[in-house]
Amino acid sequence: MRVGVLAVQGAFAEMAAYWRKKGADTFEIRQLADLGRGMDLLALPGGESTVQGKLLKDLGLFDPIKKLIEGGLPVFATCAGLILLAERIDDPGRRDDTRPEKWFGVLPVAVKRNAYGRQLGSFTTVGKWDGISDTTMTFIRAPSITTVSDGVEVLSTFDGQPTSVRWRNITAFTWHPELSATA
Amino acid sequence: MSDRQELNRNLAQMLKGGVIMDVTTPEQAKIAEQAGACAVMALERIPADIRAAGGVSRMSDPAMIKGIQNAVSIPVMAKCRIGHIAEARILEAIEIDYIDESEVLSPADDVRHIDKTKFNVPFVCGARDLGEALRRIGEGATMIRTKGEPGTGDVVQAVRHMRKMQSEIRKIVSLREDELYEAAKEIAAPLDLVKYVHENGKLPVVNFAAGGVATPADAALMMELGAEGVFVGSGIFKSGDPAKRAAAIVQAVTNWQDSKLLAKLSENLGPAMVGINADEIETIMEERGK
Repeated sequence: MRVGVLAVQGAFAEMAAYWRKKGADTFEIRQLADLGRGMDLLALPGGESTVQGKLLKDLGLFDPIKKLIEGGLPVFATCAGLILLAERIDDPGRRDDTRPEKWFGVLPVAVKRNAYGRQLGSFTTVGKWDGISDTTMTFIRAPSITTVSDGVEVLSTFDGQPTSVRWRNITAFTWHPELSATA
Repeated sequence: MSDRQELNRNLAQMLKGGVIMDVTTPEQAKIAEQAGACAVMALERIPADIRAAGGVSRMSDPAMIKGIQNAVSIPVMAKCRIGHIAEARILEAIEIDYIDESEVLSPADDVRHIDKTKFNVPFVCGARDLGEALRRIGEGATMIRTKGEPGTGDVVQAVRHMRKMQSEIRKIVSLREDELYEAAKEIAAPLDLVKYVHENGKLPVVNFAAGGVATPADAALMMELGAEGVFVGSGIFKSGDPAKRAAAIVQAVTNWQDSKLLAKLSENLGPAMVGINADEIETIMEERGK
């Protein structure tokens, strides 16, 4: 399997290592030409969604990637990646080009940015993910999933709230399976 | 290593491939966020002005830092003086995302650094070579940056520190296992961390470039030399068109290998910060804290 890892900013090296450990070939997507290399799965790593979203637009990657996702390309997204996919972003601050109401808007869930507060609110917990018990879940200034539409499968929860979901070709997490590597 | 240390190392991983910008007002913080900064460093005076003002330089007013925390959604960092445990506690109390125990401020302790393992909040520290980096990591730093010579707009020190660190890492990797004990002694670094470097060929934490980065080309140079991201201090808000320069540096860090793009990014940025040559200054900040 060939995995393209979005590498404009964030923990793309950890994401690539996660997929290589699963036996995949990986390559980095930093500009338009990289999309031509062909992939079986697109991985969207953690980082800052404001930065990643802006760079996707500035580098002309935004529309082509949106088209690929809408065309059914499997997507695996964590943290900032989930924010890029969500249909609605709850952000109590100002709205502008780096803090829009949505980026790709292809996943029918609403997310709240920095839902657990600043870095002192970051935490790990152990729970059940997709039927697998004892999965370590690392939340780093994580978002939360506040609402999910019908048909979205919830794979894990924390405090009663969904923390990872599957919908059609998309699997997305508020936490970082690539950091604890048990999921 | 505690869970908290691990979480704090993880936050630095999320910042990789990004640019952390010095800001002094909520307005500047917004400009930085809109330009694509992955975090901001809140401080009352940027290093160039600290240098110009002289005198003792201290932690910023918490009210000023809070104003910046409220203005942006990205992580906010702030500086405390080297060895100033109380300033660090104050920054932790206002829930700063990262503390920079920084040589840019006047050191409060001329021998010891803060025992950072006693804090829940993460620390980034400057280092000029591998020994210094591993000593700081041993004290609990979860992110390292080069020291550079802050506020000069002269990148020469950052280059020197990054090259030295990378070449020392390569040397440690090449040693026989039974030579690591002596190597640890030579660079005055904890043995377990020297062993980590030997096995992994890199620091156990994220390593950014800092000090004197003023142009997209400077940022690309530091990435080429092995930095995982870049701090830009005085270089942005001391220049002619901060928003444009900031956005250009952000793109340069992502695509540092694409020289055609770098050429385009370097066009029409307006005047860069004037800068002073690092060898023409009297206060050498990089020598603070070893």
